[in-house]
Amino acid sequence: MDASAAKLIGAGLATIALAGVGVGIGNIFGSFVQGALRNPEAAPRVFGNVLLGFALTEAVALFALVIAFMILFVF
Amino acid sequence: MQSPMEQFEIKRLLAFHIGSLDASYTNSALWMTVAVLIAFFVFVLGMQRKALVPGRLQSVAEMGYEFVAGMVRDNVGDQGKKYFPFILTLFVFILLCNLLGLVPYSFTPTSHIIVTFAMALVVFTGVTIIGFIKHGAHFLSFFVPKGVPLWLLVILVPIEVISYFVRPFSLSIRLFANMLAGHTMLKVFGGFVVMLGILAGWAPLAFIVALTGLELLIAFLQAYVFTILTCLYLNDAIHLH
Repeated sequence: MDASAAKLIGAGLATIALAGVGVGIGNIFGSFVQGALRNPEAAPRVFGNVLLGFALTEAVALFALVIAFMILFVF
Repeated sequence: MQSPMEQFEIKRLLAFHIGSLDASYTNSALWMTVAVLIAFFVFVLGMQRKALVPGRLQSVAEMGYEFVAGMVRDNVGDQGKKYFPFILTLFVFILLCNLLGLVPYSFTPTSHIIVTFAMALVVFTGVTIIGFIKHGAHFLSFFVPKGVPLWLLVILVPIEVISYFVRPFSLSIRLFANMLAGHTMLKVFGGFVVMLGILAGWAPLAFIVALTGLELLIAFLQAYVFTILTCLYLNDAIHLH
């Protein structure tokens, strides 16, 4: 196989990580809504943690992006 | 059309060398200087009047101080007070670098791995030294989880050691990748606006407006995440789990 074609396939494969991140972010906000409906008074107190969890999970997606960029542009 | 990666190019503004070391004043250094000057303006000049009822600038300074002070208090406790000035500096510098990067035609210093990695390495080295000064060789017990059977420790201790040494990398890549991805995405959609022209270009333009709002949130959130993780690492070093 041509090296540049293999690069494109590799970069595409690196985006599979987004499946896990999608589950993760959905889980964070889904759990938050569920918890907020059960106990609306506690909702504002945990929202900071929700955003923190969102940022940490989103970072995993960006690690995959960095790997895709490295495959495309560095090697 | 220009590439979306062109915004991350480092340009020499004032070239000078120390021996073989290239110590030129670049656009990255320029925007870091701007960030430091704004922080100086807000915190030193804003607090100069020391009014009982704060004005606008004084409120900003007090709110930033209170926010970070609360973060250190909640996550590290009383022993963290000594390290508060460093953590406030870190937070304000990262926040201003991130926010200034959103100004059109500006440069984001935090979108370069070397800048964020230097900061993360300072945090990591400092926290490790604090741990060793506080606990001596007992600090190594941090890598040995309590109440675990011996045969499991053989697997767990290497994992703990690796996860400890990966910290500076994950801390720096998180901030750098967020900035890189956000700014690249903005420029890619900017390219769509130009390509689609007047007829359909408004759709990606509206998306850019929404995306800029998200980027403002991310800029703040990443500064927050960087500092809160610094607080958590410091807490680990001071209290050992």
